[in-house]
Amino acid sequence: MGYPNKSHPRETAVLSKHFGDPEARTLDGWKKRGGYRALEQALAMTPTDIVNVVKDSGLRGRGGAGFPTGLKWSFMKQDDGKPHYLCCNADESEPGTFKDREIMRWTPHSLIEGCAIGAYAIGAETAYIYVRGEFTEPIRCLNEALKECYAANILGSNAMGTGKTINIYVHSGAGAYICGEETALMNSLEGRRGNPRIKPPFPAVSGLFGMPTTINNVETLAAVPHILINGAEWYKAMSLSSPKSMGTKLFSVCGNIARPGNYEVVMGFPFKDFLYDLCGGPLAGRKFKGVIPGGCSVPIQTMDEAEATMMDYEGFVAQGTMLGSGGVIIFDDAQSIPRMTARHARFFAHESCAQCTQCREGTAWSTKILDRIVAGQGTFEDLDTLLEMADNMTGKTICVLSDSCATVVVSALQKYRHEFEALITGKRSSTVAVSSGAAA
Amino acid sequence: MADNTVNLTIEGRAVSVPAGTSILEAAKTVGVLIPHYCYHSGLPVAGVCRMCLVEVEKSPKLAPACATTVGEGQVVHVYSAKALEARKGVLEFLLINHPLDCPICDQSGECELQDYTFQEGRADSRYREPKRFNPMEDFGGDVLYVQNRCILCTRCVRFMDDVHHAPVLNVTERGDRAFIGKAPDADLTQPWAANVVDLCPVGALVSKDFLNKARAWELDRTASVCTGCSQGCNITVEMRDNVVVRFKPRANEHVNHFYMCDEGRANYRWLNRPDRLEVPMADGRPVDWEVALAATAALLKGKKAHIVANASLSNEAMHLIKRIAGKTGGAVTYAVNTGIEAALPGATDLAVRADRAANATAAELFGFTRTSDVLSGLSAQHVLIIVDDALDGISADAVAKAGAVIVIATAMPTAVARANVVLPIANVVEEEGTLTNLRGRVQRFLQSKQAPGLARPSWFVLADLLQSLGEVAPHLTARAAFDALAKAEPAFAGMNYDTLALSGQTVPGALAGARA
Repeated sequence: MGYPNKSHPRETAVLSKHFGDPEARTLDGWKKRGGYRALEQALAMTPTDIVNVVKDSGLRGRGGAGFPTGLKWSFMKQDDGKPHYLCCNADESEPGTFKDREIMRWTPHSLIEGCAIGAYAIGAETAYIYVRGEFTEPIRCLNEALKECYAANILGSNAMGTGKTINIYVHSGAGAYICGEETALMNSLEGRRGNPRIKPPFPAVSGLFGMPTTINNVETLAAVPHILINGAEWYKAMSLSSPKSMGTKLFSVCGNIARPGNYEVVMGFPFKDFLYDLCGGPLAGRKFKGVIPGGCSVPIQTMDEAEATMMDYEGFVAQGTMLGSGGVIIFDDAQSIPRMTARHARFFAHESCAQCTQCREGTAWSTKILDRIVAGQGTFEDLDTLLEMADNMTGKTICVLSDSCATVVVSALQKYRHEFEALITGKRSSTVAVSSGAAA
Repeated sequence: MADNTVNLTIEGRAVSVPAGTSILEAAKTVGVLIPHYCYHSGLPVAGVCRMCLVEVEKSPKLAPACATTVGEGQVVHVYSAKALEARKGVLEFLLINHPLDCPICDQSGECELQDYTFQEGRADSRYREPKRFNPMEDFGGDVLYVQNRCILCTRCVRFMDDVHHAPVLNVTERGDRAFIGKAPDADLTQPWAANVVDLCPVGALVSKDFLNKARAWELDRTASVCTGCSQGCNITVEMRDNVVVRFKPRANEHVNHFYMCDEGRANYRWLNRPDRLEVPMADGRPVDWEVALAATAALLKGKKAHIVANASLSNEAMHLIKRIAGKTGGAVTYAVNTGIEAALPGATDLAVRADRAANATAAELFGFTRTSDVLSGLSAQHVLIIVDDALDGISADAVAKAGAVIVIATAMPTAVARANVVLPIANVVEEEGTLTNLRGRVQRFLQSKQAPGLARPSWFVLADLLQSLGEVAPHLTARAAFDALAKAEPAFAGMNYDTLALSGQTVPGALAGARA
């Protein structure tokens, strides 16, 4: 459902079916809607069987990387004598993304159920839901739901009367974007500074507290109960294009568009229809100029590229970008791409954890140059410097924050170079609203 | 062991190292120094400076050599175009906010940022924006933090956390606003804290004591051993114009790893003291060495010697003292100042030892008497020979009990009102020799500076004295003095200068608790 808009007939509401329905937040309401049947079913299965079902379903990570979830779970060695942990990454801080927030706000039990199944499947007795600190309402919803679950013995040392132990804790972050990076999230959860860790070792070998850990996105885990209830084949069938992308995907739409909101469509849905039909197209009298389809870490698309895109992992890659988190940010002809780029870069400069040299210095330097260009003080050499710097920032650091900043800059420069050049030569195009950015 | 060995190629050289070794360490074994900042072999790997990026064939991304373990058959290129380009990028990033104040920076000349920039960096900067500016901060102890020069390698943070176990430093803030923060109400006054100055690869953490004293390239450096306590930390004595300006630790995995304590570090000023004994004297008048030695021999004729030895004298001097005592039928006493022992918790067997003397081990080995009252039993029948002991806590009256007083020293002890003979000797940085630490490790120290006036090395003077007493001791060099010692003392049997090299050798089984 395109909450807060009315559901569009072309949407496929699986995860978002109960968005906006306060009754679904309560345990009773959730059970009435079929809740916790999947967990009951799962606890009667072996962990390996669950992993296989998830593998068969083709579910892939919804946090951005799209790694096959079942495969990730299978990396956890059963019976290795170590405590295992499941981490749910609910640190949804990718600009333009707000799908997990709605899942946690309206259907907290769907996430709790998913976490419980996931924990059991990977041999973990403890799951942590690491929620972005600013999400006060979702945190409250989750905590209330957890309370109900413990009271009803759904969780605890005798989960659903099976004698199995599943404990789930909600942990509030402190608002750092970098804590959405899985190893930084673990550091943060351990009480350390949220710095990404060097990999290897990978979390499945040495993660939270040095123990084997699996980390999944909210949307990924929330999809798991549906897969168990309806079967892998049902999930697999929900695809319009690529054989590698299955199921439904929530897209958060924001920017210069008629009906921003969350939309759930099956993988492979045509992006053109999505933007013009579901989301209502541009605002009156305006024209779309470009779109960032997967949160601010993915390359910007021109409208030509966007309109040719099939909305799945491969489809976005084929059109010069990535599915990412599904945070669709759309710009119309009233927006200045250089300004947008400068703002994005400033975000990354602000959020860099400061470990790696390229990221710490590169994000800030890019911001300063972009701000200068926006202020009309740029030179053509600046554009070369930005591109060369972006090259130095790509693929050379511990995590990909640096790469993300470079991605935004490079794609904007490649696809909208004329806007930058117009600012440099002083021929400001009428569509470019110029204002000097605040000094970084 | 073959199973644990990994074979790879680094810069065309075949390398075999134990599994689990990093590429950076493996490269060192074949003489390839991969540039790095955050990596230090004594600290946990951080992998953050990204300076050690190298190209590994068949790997899509460049690998940080410090955090990448060797793999069988790997082919590593340190100086490929791709790797050089990446490191050039890192250097450019490190320098954009760096003040480039090399002309007034103490680190200049021994700065890895300078070195690698000259080696691999850009000739110019493309940075056109205002530089970040942060004020300096006094970190307490001997440490000054110059934030603008900091490259956030976090070596200092990791040293305080993981080696000193005193987590007072951290990285504060994020992005390019980040800096090294200090816990509130904490100072870097921990006994080993000043090591962060040595660990800092740039001029961000500098010594307040050394501040603006000298340029690195003006310094003369000599390998030596700290005489502050019985640990025997290996050091480099650094001098400018014949004046010692600082001590730096010299790595020795058997003794002090990479470190030295703050107390030892500060213990250099006395080496420059101006009130030195410079000429031999007899009956209060300057005389030639021959005259002074003959006068000494005459005083000792038929008399018992009571020798007070400084517990930091070299093995060679101690050995000759033992022989002089044997010849004159006297006793040798020594006193040891003691203090609080302070270990460096993250390093094996390293501490500021309670015995604040460098060579109590040898004194004990040679059978000298350790006592707080070094003049005990002294009478008019004795010729008192003071070998560089300051006679702390001893009154002039006690000294005056002696029949005659011979002072063989760097400076006149205040308790000595009148000396029959004065023989000036060199101090520890003015001569060479060996010391034995508390674990029985015999270590060489070399001569850094010239002795003042007519002062001579202690072993030279003592050997001459022994000769004037009719013994054979033609020690014209420190090596000869050591060889004679090694021949005479079973504990030192088989040792020679060459096998000692600069990291020393342990007295074989001579001491309980000696480390292999």
